[in-house]
Amino acid sequence: MNILVCMKQVPDTTEIKINPETNTLMREGVPSIVNTFDAFALEAAARIKDKHPDSKIVVVSMGPEQAKAALKECLSIAADKAYLVSDRVFGGSDTLATSYILSNAIRKIEELEGKFDAIFCGKQAIDGDTAQVGPEIAEHLDYPQVTYALEAELDGERLRVLKEGQDGNMVIGVKTPCVVTFTKPSFDPRYPTIKRKMAANRAEIPTLTSADLPDIDAARIGLKGSPTHVKRSFVPERKKSGVKIQEETDGESAVKLVQLLGDAHVI
Amino acid sequence: MQSPFFNEDHESIRQIAREFAEKELAPIAAEVDASDHFPLETARAMAELGFLGLKIPEEYGGLGLDARSYVCVMEEIARKCATATIFISSANSLSTAPLVLSGTEEQKEQILPGVAAGERFIAFGLTEPNAGSDAASLTTKAVEDGDSYILNGRKCFITMAPIASHCIVYAKTSPEKGAKGISCFLVDMALPGVSCGRHEEKMGQRGVPVSDVLLEDVRVPKSCMVGERDLGFVNAMRTLSVGRIGIASMCLGMAQEAIELAVSHTKNRVQFGKPLCRHQAIAFMLADMETRLNAARGLVYQAAWLLDNRQPADKAASMAKLYAAEAAISIINQSLQLHGGYGYSREYEIERLYRDVRVCAIYEGSSQVQQMVISGQMLK
Repeated sequence: MNILVCMKQVPDTTEIKINPETNTLMREGVPSIVNTFDAFALEAAARIKDKHPDSKIVVVSMGPEQAKAALKECLSIAADKAYLVSDRVFGGSDTLATSYILSNAIRKIEELEGKFDAIFCGKQAIDGDTAQVGPEIAEHLDYPQVTYALEAELDGERLRVLKEGQDGNMVIGVKTPCVVTFTKPSFDPRYPTIKRKMAANRAEIPTLTSADLPDIDAARIGLKGSPTHVKRSFVPERKKSGVKIQEETDGESAVKLVQLLGDAHVI
Repeated sequence: MQSPFFNEDHESIRQIAREFAEKELAPIAAEVDASDHFPLETARAMAELGFLGLKIPEEYGGLGLDARSYVCVMEEIARKCATATIFISSANSLSTAPLVLSGTEEQKEQILPGVAAGERFIAFGLTEPNAGSDAASLTTKAVEDGDSYILNGRKCFITMAPIASHCIVYAKTSPEKGAKGISCFLVDMALPGVSCGRHEEKMGQRGVPVSDVLLEDVRVPKSCMVGERDLGFVNAMRTLSVGRIGIASMCLGMAQEAIELAVSHTKNRVQFGKPLCRHQAIAFMLADMETRLNAARGLVYQAAWLLDNRQPADKAASMAKLYAAEAAISIINQSLQLHGGYGYSREYEIERLYRDVRVCAIYEGSSQVQQMVISGQMLK
């Protein structure tokens, strides 16, 4: 099975700084990681490869040159090959433009790596939280999609996907090629091994630029090609956290509560 | 950490070990100590990541890495669980170094891949009730008998003996020649005449079984000899530096943990109206601890660098072990002191560190043996 995993490098912090002029994220000086949900997608691919060792896992990311560090992280965990999609003209793309560029890049990578049976994504990035890029890739490619997946396994020509639902989980059979977006499963992603990590340190990661993707319509990419624009970004006002009362016994906690309420003249 | 001693690969290896230690070892370390049992599936997980085959050559299932890679792993793992480092040092240094250095092709193929995979444990049997560093006093004997040797003797404090498939045994083949009449044997623990003594109750680094190994008329084929006859101990001397650097690295990790605990505790503990760390006497203690730890780091990393660059490293390794062990014992003692009464409670990690670190000035050559090595080189 030939699996492509889409990965985004995201800032590893809750203190996300935003450029007040462009209303976009400021990446400088913030440590970066593989988006958590993308790591789950990679683990799901790795579990398929555990059972079907002839499988190939290719990982792709769109982003600046520094995203190669996150791609190398994926190589050290499970990926066989990695591609970076990077060009100044792609900068400022919203989800629709990003998914458009990525779907073009996927077609290009397929020329080099063979056709993908499945495209795995995280359900959303922990920075933007849109959960749109995966489903949009499916639409651009006209593939069936399953979202909020927990696990996936190969079932002949189809994938059997365990999907999280509001009222319970579902098992869905989906024809390949398809797009599956993953949420947090019950297991942790595997660790990189020393051997893979050292190989990843030496890996060459090819970069695909707009020159490699001649079919792209320039009017549909970048800030100008994006139908949505961020009007304003702001840090919401934090509500004051309450007082935690945890005494030795419930009784003592109750006494403390009454005392605090009394002190505040509430009762 | 940026350092002239380490390259990108070393830093990657350190990162892998740190993450594993924090996520997998920190949560079990107290239970390992209390129950005196280390889960073997965790040892196998360490093997999967490559920790048990760091220094085993690639052709035998290892990674064939250098001493500094070993330092990085030992240091990070020791921060969270000293017991776990025993699996790493045993597999990479003590019990496999004699085989890697002077074993036959057959012995290497039989033993090393299983060790690297965490499927096989090898004990190292040098110490006896009346001999250890003073190898000339060994009393275990190997007597030639046709195609075999007959082994008789008693080895003590043998780490992993009860779970080991084989034991590296040092025995006298030419008793009249002292330390130059000792041969090394690879002894199958299942052979008739081999038995383990009672489980040793240790003060620290608990969780790995340690016992005596008794050899009573144990017949081993001559093919079990490791290296040349009478050169067993001479060869063993050539592998000591890696082991000493490994123990010194553990000391760095444990001392680092103790300092972090001390910083955290003294920031949070308020006495006399302010956090402990705002009292100058306490802050200066922290400064001393940190400085001595980093002095130890310099010695340990330098010794590993010398070894990796094929320079004489014996004296440097002994200085690293001597200083790192004594510094770590003292730093951990100070950290416990800063914890006050809490430090004396089994509920606090520093109490375990205090017990775990103590043996580092004893095993793989006591501090006094390191002083013999260092002064011996100075006075030769």
